[in-house]
Amino acid sequence: MNPTVVAIKILRASITVVLLVTFVFVILRLSGDPAVQMLGLEVSDEALDQFRQRWGLDRSIWEQYLSFFWNILHGDFGQSFIGGRDALGVVLERLPKTLQLMGLTTIFTFGLGIPAGIYASLHRNTIADRAIMGFTVASFSLPNFVVGIILIMILGVYFRLLPTSGSETWLHYIMPVITMATADAAIFARFSRSAMLEVLHAPFMRTARAKGLMWGQAVRRHALPNASIPLVTIGGMYVGRLIAGATITENVFAWPGIGKLLVNSVNLRDLAVVQCIVILVGVTMVIANLLVDIAYGWLDPRTRTGESQ
Amino acid sequence: MNDLPNPSKRKSWLDHLSGMPPSILISAIWIVFMILVAVLADVIAPYDYKHMDLLDRLRPPIWLENGVWSHPLGTDDLGRDVLSRIIFSIRISLFVALMGTFIGAVLGTSLGFAAAHFRGRVDDLIMVLIDFQAALPFLILALAVLAFFENSFLLFVLIMGIYGWERYARIVRGLALSARSHGYAVSMQVLGATPARIYLRHILPNVSSAIIVNMTLNFPETILVETSLSFLGLGIQPPLTSLGNMVGFGRDYLLTAWWIVVLPSMVIFVTSLAFSLLGDWLRDELDPTLRGN
Repeated sequence: MNPTVVAIKILRASITVVLLVTFVFVILRLSGDPAVQMLGLEVSDEALDQFRQRWGLDRSIWEQYLSFFWNILHGDFGQSFIGGRDALGVVLERLPKTLQLMGLTTIFTFGLGIPAGIYASLHRNTIADRAIMGFTVASFSLPNFVVGIILIMILGVYFRLLPTSGSETWLHYIMPVITMATADAAIFARFSRSAMLEVLHAPFMRTARAKGLMWGQAVRRHALPNASIPLVTIGGMYVGRLIAGATITENVFAWPGIGKLLVNSVNLRDLAVVQCIVILVGVTMVIANLLVDIAYGWLDPRTRTGESQ
Repeated sequence: MNDLPNPSKRKSWLDHLSGMPPSILISAIWIVFMILVAVLADVIAPYDYKHMDLLDRLRPPIWLENGVWSHPLGTDDLGRDVLSRIIFSIRISLFVALMGTFIGAVLGTSLGFAAAHFRGRVDDLIMVLIDFQAALPFLILALAVLAFFENSFLLFVLIMGIYGWERYARIVRGLALSARSHGYAVSMQVLGATPARIYLRHILPNVSSAIIVNMTLNFPETILVETSLSFLGLGIQPPLTSLGNMVGFGRDYLLTAWWIVVLPSMVIFVTSLAFSLLGDWLRDELDPTLRGN
């Protein structure tokens, strides 16, 4: 892709990050005295003053904004209520558990959703196609927490097969991963089905058949690679869904990850931790969207505008 | 070949109705039923949803052993009638989803029009805001706002109103941009109509089907987000009740009283499924670009 186009995309992504930090700054200011908000009412005036000085709250709003930005750039998100620990440290130690959950979910999402969608597209209007599509529509309407609770009820409480909370053994991973993967696999099934249907009727498929390829060969060599390109576009949305899905699922299964931490911190109004998670999530999403954008431009030559070879 | 739409041959609402597949008809009936339940909650609920009877706790529904007709769907951990609570939860959840969808549609449409009308800086700013919205999963945004501010019913409804605004803005901006170059918009401008008049009286009716489709698809998603937040205990606050609340509080009684959790879950599932099916069908019916596919 053209370097200027990439540069513009990176610039737009950076603006989004700036906006994200500004958003956190604005809601923190709008919600009251940040020192009281961050430290709680039960601390001494001394501590409040110290906090105000550290975050520059005794200076003008613009200087405050800049120092807020400066601190965040240096990974200083403030201190958590709990044990007065560094907020970033508190968040990062929960990260591996959440990433494990997301990684396993992704394997199952792709592994089940994409083949199901391809199968449905190749057997259009058969019972299998209808069943797969019916299942996807239904699972869109099932919120994560309902799937999780029903699983707990059946597998955990009734049959007592699986543990219902925590993350100690591999058995603990089964239900959270199923919970997160059902809705996401449905999205990929639906999307890969429509992407396949689009290319199956493309002229190049007729050409491939005309030059003597078997149907299966034509699908493998021509349909699948072309259908996989639009799949990239939902990558950004998928990361967002994973994050939201993990937030709810972790709370259903008492999974010690970032999503559980976020909800606990919101309940305790542990704002340093909340702002840290919000900014980390936002930056992750911006990077994901940027990569999707660049990858799509690179994969699909039609979108390579203004390129001179 | 003449593919131009012939006004006299346009489908009437009756044609749409008679062409409904059975699944859509059932969905529509269910939605009407839910709306009636929500509107008539005070009349049809056998008890007040806050009424407790600690002597009659965790009573099972009528079809199980020990079920009684005075509590057809049983009672919860505080002896409150589950049927009455579901009825009032349907009212609150539908109300929040309706208000959220409505606010989102108005906000997004206005910003879409503003971007299309002013172009330049305003357009850039609105596009940056759309980017920003895409960079923060809505659930995380809502949790962040709820962490910083005291949760109240009004605030919660406003937050739900933010959900999905960017989709309206994006769609309306695109449609308004192309409508502006159409003859009717240009001629109204030449006739001296104010921009507000052109947008509200002439362009809005032309983009309304896209907005309505998006609202129908947005509505079930809003229900899911609201119930999810309420499930986490961060949405609708007691003593008010929502379908998500009921599931959230009932999860401690999965072993002894599964009906507290399962019944509201079913209502959430069936209602959002009905709206999704109807929305998909409406999109295919109303969106001319998809017709014939």
